[in-house]
Amino acid sequence: MKADPKGVLTGEHYLDGDHACAEGALAAGCRFFAGYPITPSTEVAERYVSRIPMVGGIFIQMEDELASMAALVGAAWGGKKSMTVTSGPGFSLMMENIGLAAMMETPCVVVNVQRGGPSTGLPTMVGQQDMMQARWGSHGDYQIIALSPASPQEAFDYTIKCFNLAEKYRVPVLFMMDECVGHMTEKVVIPKPDEIEITPRRLTKLAPEKYLPYKTNGDLVPEMIVAGTGYKIHSTGLTHDERGYPVMSPGTQDQLVKRLCDKIKLNADDIIEIEEDQTEGAEVIVMAYGITSRVTLPAVFKARKKGIKVGYIKMITAWPFPEKRVRELAKKVKAFVMPEINLGQMVLEVERCAAGQAKTYHVPHAGGWVHDPEDIYQVIEEAVK
Amino acid sequence: MSKQNNNLPEHPMERLLRMDRIPHIWCSTCGIGTAVSCFISALEKFEYPMDKVAIVSGIGCTGRVAGYIKLDSFHSTHGRAIPFATGLKLANPELKVIVISGDGDLSAIGGNHLIHAARRNMDITVICVNNFIYAMTGGQSAPTTPLTANSSTAPYGNSDPPFNLPLLVGSCGATYVARWTALHIRRLTKSMHEALNKKGFSFIEVIAPCSTLYARRNRLGTGLDLMKFYHDNSEIKHGAPLEELDINFQQKIIVGKFIDKEKPTFVDNWNNWLSQKLGSKFVPYGVAKA
Ligand code: SF4
Repeated sequence: MKADPKGVLTGEHYLDGDHACAEGALAAGCRFFAGYPITPSTEVAERYVSRIPMVGGIFIQMEDELASMAALVGAAWGGKKSMTVTSGPGFSLMMENIGLAAMMETPCVVVNVQRGGPSTGLPTMVGQQDMMQARWGSHGDYQIIALSPASPQEAFDYTIKCFNLAEKYRVPVLFMMDECVGHMTEKVVIPKPDEIEITPRRLTKLAPEKYLPYKTNGDLVPEMIVAGTGYKIHSTGLTHDERGYPVMSPGTQDQLVKRLCDKIKLNADDIIEIEEDQTEGAEVIVMAYGITSRVTLPAVFKARKKGIKVGYIKMITAWPFPEKRVRELAKKVKAFVMPEINLGQMVLEVERCAAGQAKTYHVPHAGGWVHDPEDIYQVIEEAVK
Repeated sequence: MSKQNNNLPEHPMERLLRMDRIPHIWCSTCGIGTAVSCFISALEKFEYPMDKVAIVSGIGCTGRVAGYIKLDSFHSTHGRAIPFATGLKLANPELKVIVISGDGDLSAIGGNHLIHAARRNMDITVICVNNFIYAMTGGQSAPTTPLTANSSTAPYGNSDPPFNLPLLVGSCGATYVARWTALHIRRLTKSMHEALNKKGFSFIEVIAPCSTLYARRNRLGTGLDLMKFYHDNSEIKHGAPLEELDINFQQKIIVGKFIDKEKPTFVDNWNNWLSQKLGSKFVPYGVAKA
């Protein structure tokens, strides 16, 4: 399906990442936005609410992030593509209802423009410290999808992808931006509506008497309905059977929770997007995401000039982690280097997947600013020894 | 309980109950059941396509109501029934959305959402079954527990003053506010029917006994005894000043309809204001296309 032209501002623009993200949401067909102001994400909401009255949709500023996230889940069941935007402290508040969205298998998009933490931390300054929270923040076992853009153009493009993945897998998708990308202004090209691919909701065609809301047809993702169309379904955050009825037993739990995880895990190849450069024959591979994937480049170029065979991977998808590829490369390279603006989060995944076959080096940064590329270079030099 | 017997006549509320989920979880003589029957009766009289009616509950004993009503029904998280309902209603303004949940869920953990939904005049109906206690977790104090009443977290009696819920929602702007006990069957049903027909934020408090925890702990007899007590010790006073609606332990309870007024809803305000400001550029929201 192609994008609804009403939301698509085709043309060349000069936008920051937050504004580009709002345009991506409008282009993707998002017509419900519930949010609560928080730096450095607020501009996404501001852009959205300035545009939506002319596009046809609704914006509501909720009383807090708990409310925003709960409203998002309700709105998705009401038939709208819906999103909210926040930063660290608000992301923490959203966690319980992100779990509800995962449990009810509700498509929606949550944007986190990351700042430095913990707690109030560095409200106006960059961090990449919520990456593990994105994966594990809500209680219980579930799988999530999380993407990370490195430029305003990617903020636009991958916001659309977030919506598409949310629909395809009926899962909340987390868009893990960072303050630098959110606030940097660059050229953003918005294509024509018929050049934008949109994944529609997987609505059932079964008659209400035949439909069971949580029954799958082999591909692990059940078909959905829109409330008010005669299906009279029940959906709950309790462990439930195919009818959506609460059944609190180890057997039902096993079936349900495994499926919630498998629908993401077993489709990892379809979901994961990474960009690779000169990874074949590399001695060392530098992996990064978000703004850090750009700050890394001068270090990579310098090392190559000095004759070091450096491969480079930019992770667009953070979760599910590109495990298969890292495992393959670990057999061939000496080491992985991962700079990130935290004291060691995604690097734990690299280390896990490298499984001792290649060394793993972290280039930490506590937040507030990006790395000095020289610091990354130094670690590449050490890693190749 | 035995399986359904095919020779039995159809349950009068079968059309609107998920009979495949009966028996329900509630204790005998709990007031929630009575509140639900009144609600089903009100729904039966409600002239609205039932396909377009949705129920949202939070967590707790009353939070289980959504699971027994044969309509689109959502059992959300603790305290978040109102924002969930807000999203549902705004996404699909044709829906009639009713929140049925307990006093703890709606006024403690969900208190912020309650006052803001009332302030916005969100077009939803909220039915708050008030049993003065957190029942699902074993009888702890709630923000509605009357002073001196005993609970598992107030073993020497409660010293923490409760909310007057009609005053709370009324002062925040609710367009319809009523209170009945679970034994005011006819009046409660009528009130629910009125609330369903109301545009805007309507709120009904149902005073209902928790037989197993509150009644037993406070030595107030069976649930039925307590239900009768509430009913017999209530005084109907329509339009009573909201400040006079405090509830004290085992004393008179003022019931009635306290507020019934008209006001533009959240979506009305959005549409009216933005069409004034933006003129023909504005795409009105949730308005059926001509
Ligand atoms: S514990 Fe109390 S409120 Fe809950 S079902 Fe039993 S009587 Fe009703």
